[in-house]
Amino acid sequence: MTQAAENTTFDQSSVDRAQAIIARYPQSRSALLPMLHLVQSVEGYVSQEGIRFCAGQLDLTEAEVSAVATFYTMYKRRPCGEHLVSVCTNTLCAALGGDDIYSTLKKHLGVGHEETAGEPGTPGSITLEHAECLAACDLGPVLQVNYEFYDNQTPEKALGLVKALQAGEKPAPTRGAPLTDFKQAELQLAGFFEGREADLDGPSAAPETLAGAQIAKERGWDAPAMPSNAEFPALPEKK
Amino acid sequence: MVDPLTPVLTKRWTEPRSWTMETYERTGGYTALPKALKAHPDQLIQQCKDSGLRGRGGAGFPTGMKWGFIPQGDGKPHYLVINADEGEPGTCKDIPTMMADPHSLIEGVIITSYAIRANFAAIYVRGEVLHCIRRLNAAVREAYAKGYLGKDILGSGFDLDLVVHAGAGAYICGEETALLDSLEGRRGQPRLKPPFPATSGLYASPTVVNNVETIASVPFIVNGGADWFREMGRDRSPGPKIYSLSGHVTRPGQYEAPMGTTLRQLLDMAGGMKDGIPLKFWTPGGSSTPLFTAEHLDVPLDFEGAAEAGSMLGTTALQIFNETVSVPWAVMKWTEFYKHESCGKCTPCREGTYWLVQILQRMVAGNGTASDIDTLLDVCDNILGRSFCALGDGAVSPITSGIKYFKDEFLALCDQNSKVLAGANA
Repeated sequence: MTQAAENTTFDQSSVDRAQAIIARYPQSRSALLPMLHLVQSVEGYVSQEGIRFCAGQLDLTEAEVSAVATFYTMYKRRPCGEHLVSVCTNTLCAALGGDDIYSTLKKHLGVGHEETAGEPGTPGSITLEHAECLAACDLGPVLQVNYEFYDNQTPEKALGLVKALQAGEKPAPTRGAPLTDFKQAELQLAGFFEGREADLDGPSAAPETLAGAQIAKERGWDAPAMPSNAEFPALPEKK
Repeated sequence: MVDPLTPVLTKRWTEPRSWTMETYERTGGYTALPKALKAHPDQLIQQCKDSGLRGRGGAGFPTGMKWGFIPQGDGKPHYLVINADEGEPGTCKDIPTMMADPHSLIEGVIITSYAIRANFAAIYVRGEVLHCIRRLNAAVREAYAKGYLGKDILGSGFDLDLVVHAGAGAYICGEETALLDSLEGRRGQPRLKPPFPATSGLYASPTVVNNVETIASVPFIVNGGADWFREMGRDRSPGPKIYSLSGHVTRPGQYEAPMGTTLRQLLDMAGGMKDGIPLKFWTPGGSSTPLFTAEHLDVPLDFEGAAEAGSMLGTTALQIFNETVSVPWAVMKWTEFYKHESCGKCTPCREGTYWLVQILQRMVAGNGTASDIDTLLDVCDNILGRSFCALGDGAVSPITSGIKYFKDEFLALCDQNSKVLAGANA
């Protein structure tokens, strides 16, 4: 199982990484979700060959792997662009302009949900999707490129961003690391940060996130002081 | 008198490079861990019970009691799993917590694992938050390098391995048993309970599943003690809570205040409604909690207060909408979300959300009929309480509460068409 299969897409380094994922868990099957992210880092989507690769590494059937790969939104069954652009269109972001952003990008790119403008994988190609709540509601409307956040968007800002991506530029996300591409993002989701361990910088949080903490600081509000030597309760008696 | 804001979890967020081990230790981090490792695990469980800490993921189950359910001396491995699959619409507190201060969660994980005698823990974080995942992974590496994770932690003889596990885009995995199936490498579908995770969780072994905000609170409770924690909040819902304000408000953001704070107080701190346009409706704790209106500005936002007023505290995700927003439209958008995220296991939820979306889309498009409201409520009645997990229950909350408070708006969408259907224009 540890030898590279007789396919060309997944080489020995993919096998080594797959085995490293398996080693993280008490039971091997837990490695399947990260391994599917690994597959996407190689292929830009999950192909049937990717399904076979996971099945081989984990001693599962292809049907078992397919059942999982088709369940989750982030596993794409068709080749993706260099970049994946996800626009939140859940109620709150939509009310603040998310629906307008999505329709603007749809029109500009000439594609719909989970469709790609340009030849998938080539520079400047973009897969568009509308996303459910991305847990950044205080910064809405938000969009993501390769799962990096661009906060407080407008249709104009989003259009400028997408045009820049198509022209080969990589505008910095509001809070994340320097932008790479969809495949590199998927490699990191699989838990591999080789050479990119320093990509941690950026602000601790968006200014909005700190709203409460800043007001508390300005007004001198704080939690009650802790006692200097808080004691543990006595050991409960065994029943 | 306790201050209107009580930054505990959010305090460190304003520090430069707050996510690093260096900042965490300089500001009092990893001082609870050596204390905890010198105590008996059962003392930690008792302290958590005494503090009254209740789960911050939405359900509000008493945390210490959950830890106490883990059978001890059973010869099985025990597991701690952190639910960081934040996805309930409006909820945006756990991702910033892990972005700005991942070590408070990790220190909480180590202490909790010691208390429940777990030697393997996982943080299941939704996949769409790459920078957060990066910082969590980096913090775990730092903690291993310092000897806070791994073998014989601080010479205590206690071993713990911690893995950061990225999900793949499925709201349902925020449900704890679906999360466990997903962590086992399966489709994320809820399990029938009982058996509960406390006896049959990850790999069919005793497992505690706790929310990020819950476990990040643990080091502070160890350092401050149960009585300190209880100085904040109300008797049955003690402690501080991160309230997330979003939408039509002047200064949206995270406000950490004592449990029981009202929206009126929070809005006041957040500069009021944006552009002065009046409040129309809001969610106290995400879209799965029944809507509130301007009538509810003084409801104390804790587990009891929200429930007594006919909703739920949920995740304290306060999504605020002004008078410009149509309630049926908002309800339709949320219903589209639940339909997309229904895992398909239970028929009432799978089929019901499908039909609800069709009716609501038709109404919002201006083609509603007089019987649509009754049909909506009838379908809701057939979903509520009839599925394995709470997704179906959550799906009907916006509809039933929307109709309860804003029936006229739904009727207005029907009336114009009932005439047509009656044959008036035929």
